[in-house]
Amino acid sequence: MTDMLTPVLSDNWDTERPWTLESYEQTGGYAALDTALGMGQDAVIDLVKESGLRGRGGAGFPTGMKWGFIPQGDGKPHYLVVNADESEPGTCKDIPLMMASPHTLVEGVIISSYAIRANHAFIYVRGEVLHVVRRLQRAVQEAYLAGHLGQNIHGSGYDLELTVHAGAGAYICGEETALLDSLEGRRGQPRLRPPFPAVAGLYAAPTVINNVESIASVPCIVRNGAEWFGSMGTEKSKGMTLYSLSGHVKRPGQYEAPLGITLRQLLDLAGGVREGHELKFWTPGGSSTPILTAEHLDVPLDYEGVGAAGSMLGTKALQIFDETTCVVRAVLRWTEFYKHESCGKCTPCREGTWWLVQTLARLEQGKGSEQDLENLLDTCDNILGRSFCALGDGATSPITSSIQHFRDEYVRHLTEGGCPFDHAASTLFAPAGATA
Amino acid sequence: MTLNHDPALDAGSGRLPEETLRELRAIGARYPQARSALLPMLHLVQSVEGRVTSRGIEACADILGISAAEVSGVATFYTMYKRRPVGDYHVGVCTNTLCAVMGGDEIFERLKGHLDVGNDETTDDGKVTLEHLECNAACDYAPVMMVNWEFMDNMTPQSATQLVDDLRAGTEVRSTRGARICTWREAERVLAGFPDDRADEGPAAGPASLVGLGIARERGWKAPEGRTAAGTTSGTPGATAAAEQADTSRAESETKVEQSPTDTVGGKGDETSTGEGKKR
Repeated sequence: MTDMLTPVLSDNWDTERPWTLESYEQTGGYAALDTALGMGQDAVIDLVKESGLRGRGGAGFPTGMKWGFIPQGDGKPHYLVVNADESEPGTCKDIPLMMASPHTLVEGVIISSYAIRANHAFIYVRGEVLHVVRRLQRAVQEAYLAGHLGQNIHGSGYDLELTVHAGAGAYICGEETALLDSLEGRRGQPRLRPPFPAVAGLYAAPTVINNVESIASVPCIVRNGAEWFGSMGTEKSKGMTLYSLSGHVKRPGQYEAPLGITLRQLLDLAGGVREGHELKFWTPGGSSTPILTAEHLDVPLDYEGVGAAGSMLGTKALQIFDETTCVVRAVLRWTEFYKHESCGKCTPCREGTWWLVQTLARLEQGKGSEQDLENLLDTCDNILGRSFCALGDGATSPITSSIQHFRDEYVRHLTEGGCPFDHAASTLFAPAGATA
Repeated sequence: MTLNHDPALDAGSGRLPEETLRELRAIGARYPQARSALLPMLHLVQSVEGRVTSRGIEACADILGISAAEVSGVATFYTMYKRRPVGDYHVGVCTNTLCAVMGGDEIFERLKGHLDVGNDETTDDGKVTLEHLECNAACDYAPVMMVNWEFMDNMTPQSATQLVDDLRAGTEVRSTRGARICTWREAERVLAGFPDDRADEGPAAGPASLVGLGIARERGWKAPEGRTAAGTTSGTPGATAAAEQADTSRAESETKVEQSPTDTVGGKGDETSTGEGKKR
């Protein structure tokens, strides 16, 4: 039985200047790189496959299997692209990781690039995080000077260039094929698949795109082995991961635990919902994952458990809302976000999200009728699964799940002719004892 | 104050400074294909021009050998690129759901009144541009503001008005999880890939980033023991795991040799090393 919390990725965050190469090497940094270079590429891929590591960016696709799709000996350049465009509402794990310990990511990039036989890797980081960009730039510079990057790394004959690339503000660029278009200097719009990026990705060459946390998990797997990694987590969701608690909890923040911990356990560690209030609804993995309620406190937070509860583990972004929060207001705001961020390529998403906002805004103001709820569900039905990427699908999640769990609250807006909630009571600076 | 004319129409005539053109070309050299440089190039244009100007677009198009319309199409897609002049300090307030509920809406309303501007407008003195933001990946510090893309965590309407007053008065402001606040143009230069050498400023992490780690330390909770120098793991390895372990132990023993710098030349990473051997 493992401990309730198992800091691995976050283990050095409280050390002295952990973002520096000196500090990272003092805690064993870059030793895994030597191990990996000694193993050979295919053995590294096999190890990551065997570890059961699944993508931490939301989809949970097995990382090693993704690497295995890269054709070998094809004579084309290969690329590794790290998706550091963390923008899913509620998601806030990769940014603190890169801020505190950018070398964990850089070491992971070098090992992963080596495994897939890439000689150029990119970290595509969202532009709106200046200090994280600074720390990444510095870490990459330090790694070059120390011979961890560049020509003939550690005398192995392996060469790797690593470029830090700042985005410019577009949620859609977190979608892997939109990210590739963006990295090619274009509008970030998703591509039709197939071909998949493993065959035709960046510059139409074989490309692996992985989330920051996935790549940052590689060095510890190389260091400690697949069995060690699998000793944490559940049968099909192995290892430790960063859970991010936010919202109406006493101690919001990052909790690194084995996959399969429950929200009840996490809330207990976080001191519970804020004083005098109770849990109303929560997202298991960002705004694109259907909302859950207090009924789901004991759902194991792994890929299978959350899936069985009708949602998705996503990015493990646990946004907690107490009973002062109006669910219609919350869902309207998310929907406005999806409308704003829809890239416009596919009609169902571009037009559908616009209509969703119109209908929801009317409901929130207490106008319209109950038929509008059916219209919302019908519109969602016409968006879901009908576009190139999952942005439109994500836009439907909060709507369908909130109507499922809180239909009465939508109706209350109609019967009371407006929002029945006092929004001030939800704020962090609400006067003590304020209620809805 | 609203800038109700389109400054793109009266953009500075002529070419960008030679130094800027040289730097724009240098960005292109970082990539296997130069067009990949367009996003950082536009960041650099903003750092020099204070916004994306017509001559900045022309310069990017010339260098990359694409049309101005193509560059413009990219510039208008991304929200960080501005066609109207931005103040010295771009002040963002997150009003996505979680921050909005936690008080972001109240903060944004207070600032609009306090600064007498609307969304995406700049104060009369040219100091502050106010904009509401989508999620900036700091939800555990809600409500969150950003100044020139530096984190300002756990804000209130009071601390927000104090913040903009300090910015306008020229008082030094520090990010709660970052560096001393520089100007928006200076920030854009870093985003273009020209480091300002200030990575060492600010903390490693804020309190919320460390909360789980702190509890683990307090209660003595840890991840399972990793492999020791001898190459053993805790627990009872299964058959495949044992093979894996034996294999990586072998790799580790080679690593020890490799750690001596004089021994490193000679291709440990080639395809005949232990990893390949395992499969046979």
